[in-house]
This record gives sequence, structure tokens and C-alpha cells, in this order.
Amino acid sequence: MNSKFRIYRGNQQKAEYKDYEIEVQEGMVVLDAVHKIQAELEPDLAVRWNCKAGKCGSCSAEVNGKPVLMCMTRLSSLPEGPVQIGPMKAFPLIKDLVTDVSWNYEQNKKITPFTPSKDTVWKMQQRDVERAQEFRKCIECFLCQDVCHVLRTHKKHDQFFGPRFFVRTASLDMHPLDTVNRTELLKEKGGIGLCNITKCCTEVCPEDINITDNAIIPMKERVADQYYDPIKTFWGKLFKKNVK
Amino acid sequence: MDSIMTNRNDFWWLSPLIIVIAGIIAGGYLTWAAFQGEFFEWGPYLSPVYSSPYVPSWWKLSPAFLLLWIPAGFRITCYYGRKTYYRAVFADPLACGVEEPYRKKYKGESKFPFILQNIHRYFLYFALILLVLHWTELILSVFYNGSLYFGMGTLIILLDTLALSFYVFGCHSLRHIVGGKTRCFSCDGCPKKAKISHGIWKKVSLFNTFHNRWFWISLFSVGVADLYIRLLAMGILGSDPHIIL
Ligand code: SF4
Ligand code: SF4
Ligand code: FES
Ligand code: FES
Repeated sequence: MNSKFRIYRGNQQKAEYKDYEIEVQEGMVVLDAVHKIQAELEPDLAVRWNCKAGKCGSCSAEVNGKPVLMCMTRLSSLPEGPVQIGPMKAFPLIKDLVTDVSWNYEQNKKITPFTPSKDTVWKMQQRDVERAQEFRKCIECFLCQDVCHVLRTHKKHDQFFGPRFFVRTASLDMHPLDTVNRTELLKEKGGIGLCNITKCCTEVCPEDINITDNAIIPMKERVADQYYDPIKTFWGKLFKKNVK
Repeated sequence: MDSIMTNRNDFWWLSPLIIVIAGIIAGGYLTWAAFQGEFFEWGPYLSPVYSSPYVPSWWKLSPAFLLLWIPAGFRITCYYGRKTYYRAVFADPLACGVEEPYRKKYKGESKFPFILQNIHRYFLYFALILLVLHWTELILSVFYNGSLYFGMGTLIILLDTLALSFYVFGCHSLRHIVGGKTRCFSCDGCPKKAKISHGIWKKVSLFNTFHNRWFWISLFSVGVADLYIRLLAMGILGSDPHIIL
């Protein structure tokens, strides 16, 4: 059976969608189709991939306008008609389907790393680690960053960490053996207030991490504790408690 | 063609459309009901829209407005409610991967007015008090004229009160207060306390998973309860099927 594809070709200077038609077999994923087009029609088609198992996070792209992993998207799951494949919109294009995601690694560097106390006893209870365990599933595909309108549309790359790094910060601030409070970092440098909890990050996460409900909102509540709760602050001052 | 708005070719517009329609129906009915100021009690029942136990003599507006600011404020500042209207009403964004106009001044919830959403926890405190009031009114409606009265209305109000409870118990701010704010449940060395606080947090987290559903169910159940009592009070419904013990 033949299927039609429209693939974004070009670089930052000039790019457009080009049409292709190839024979597809049952069970093929979008990445298979891209590879077939590359092998049979367009040897210089640029695509990043690695594991083909949904675990390396390299093959992120936008298929019919939705941010997905190409290796985990079966052709049979897509509606009839040409399949449109484009690069992630939130990051600068290098070539064809490949974008420069290095901005994300810069954000990561801004987060205070795991800091246990000097005399830590390396023993933890399951109930204390299970919240952060979910966040460890992240494969850094950056699909959540791509779909987030704060980055994608409003281009707040200089003020906003993005959902992936809220997840990472939450995983540290919910770690029972860590000792650093990253609330101020999240508010000031991370720009967590720019997130309007519209949950697109959660919708696209291929690891089904409940980004908004389990990472962002709990961290927003901590920010509210520290900055936007006058009664709590007054109470803390009255009893000389440090509002953590 | 690369569309300016989106390359999505699924029914991404359906969900915001349904939400706007549902919001207009529920919000419209409840606002209308609140402004009526009559037909809100019948026999043992009091409409949940009018749950104020005391109306001061100088109060000239509909009694509904005495307490209605609590559920209104609670829902408007609810994290799920916010998501819903930011998307469906402010198109910010309308759906995922659907473009909205670029705004250099986009501030999200970091500046006025939406920074005020942070008062949600205060509305939660009032909502918890209101919940106690709802349960009290339900119990009082059963003890009617010296006997036990169970009617169709009792069932409708019970279902509404349960829906409201499940909605409130899944609140993100409640989840934070009962344990979300702690870094470590067990680290203060009291295993019993850790077990209890972690257990409560788990229960609230479970309700939280279905928070969106209970948001809508409880919004409509309040309307249904009010409508039932209103129809009885207006005489449109002739009687309330019941048993008296
Ligand atoms: S919930 Fe927040 S971080 Fe996630 S996509 Fe929406 S605005 Fe971005
Ligand atoms: S949180 Fe999910 S969507 Fe975001 S980078 Fe990690 S795996 Fe990808
Ligand atoms: S190729 Fe590794 S996630 Fe798709
Ligand atoms: S009621 Fe929805 S988050 Fe509090």
C-alpha cells in the first residue's frame, strides 16, 4: 500500500514542506517511513534518532502538528491522508527534522544539583521516594518544552525553564536526602509564574509523567507558601518560624 | 501547506467547544437561580445555592449571594478551572500545538491580575467550612417535623453533597497542605505520624487524579438539586416521593 508524506525540508534560511509517496507495510512507525524515504528518495534528509524504542528521546518531531516521538507513532494510528512531519517548533532549526536543543542543557545547569548533608545516612523509606520516582522516567525528549506555549509562542526562553526543568527541580526538592530549597530559583530564574497550568506538557509526555499535577502545581504551591501567603508569613514571624 | 494556526488535523477544537457550552449552561443556570431570590426551599429541603443558615434583616439582595462568593471564588481560582478557562475562553492556548497571537507582554500568572490566583488556598478554607454546612443541612433535612424523612430530594442533595466533597478533597492546595509541602514524610523520626500523613496525602492525591471530573459533576449536581427543589416550590412538580420513619 502506498502512503503520502509531507516532510519539512530546509534550514533556517529556506524551508518548505515537500511531498513524498512510498510503499508502507503494516506495523511501520513514522520513523520507519522517514528512513525509507531517506534510503529510497532523499539521501540527505536529516533526522535524529538512536534507540527506536522510545527511550533515548532523540526522534522528537511534530507529526500532523502534534509533538510526538516518531519511533513510537504507528502509521496506522494516524488519520487518512498525507502524514505531515515537521521539526519541533520551539527550538532553532538545524536542518530538515533536526533542531538545536542545546538551550535545554543550559537551563539544566542553572538548577542547584542534588545536595545531601555532610553526615547523610543513605537510607530512605519507599514512601519518601515514590513521588520523585515518577520524575526519573524522563527521557529528555523535550516534547514538553516544544509544546509549551510559553516557549513555543511567547518565546520566553530567557525567563522560563520549561516543564522538563520544573520536573527536575521538583525531583530534587522532593528528594528526602536533599537539603536545598529551590523555591526562589523557580520563581525568579525559572519563571514558574509564567506557566498557566494548561497541561499541554502533560498531554504530550511519552513517559506519561504527570508534569503539571505532580511537579508544577506542587512547586507553585511551595512558591505560594513562601511569597503569596500573607497569613502564613505573619504566623511564621509571630512564632519566629522560618517559612520553608 | 504549513498552516499558521496549527498543523493538527484532529478534532482539537471539540474539547474547548464542549467546555464553553457546558460552562454557559451550568454557569448561566446557577447565576439565574441565584438572582431569583425565591422558590429555593420546599418542605425539608433548602437549595444548595442558598445554603446560608442566617440571612440578616438588612440584606436586600438574593440570599444566595451571602455565601455564593465562596464556591464562585473557589472554582475560579481552582487549578483545573484555571486551565479550563485559560484554554477555552482566553485561547491561551486554545489547544496544544495550536498557535495563539504572540504577545511580548505575556506574563501568565506571574503578574497582576492572574497572580491573584494564589489566593486559592484561602478559598479552600472557606470551602471546607461550606462543605460542613452542606452536610449539616442534609442531616437536618432528614430530621423533619419530629420524624425521619427520606425523599427523592434527600437522595439528590446527598449525591450533590458527595460530589462537592469529592471535588474539594481533590484540591491541589489541600494536597499541598496535608503533605505535599513536606520534603520527607518519615524524616522527623515518628513512623506513626509519617504513616498517617503519607496516608492522608495518598488519599487526597487519589481524589486529585479525578479532580476535573468532580469539578464538572459537582457543578451540574448543584444545578440539578436547585432545579428539583425549585420545581417543587413552584408547584410544577406535584410531590416528592418519600418515606417517613
Ligand atoms: S502546563 Fe505550564 S509548563 Fe506545561 S505546557 Fe502549559 S504553560 Fe507550559
Ligand atoms: S518530561 Fe516527558 S515530555 Fe518532558 S522531556 Fe521528560 S519525557 Fe520528554
Ligand atoms: S529513537 Fe529513541 S526515542 Fe525515538
Ligand atoms: S479546587 Fe481545584 S485545585 Fe483547589
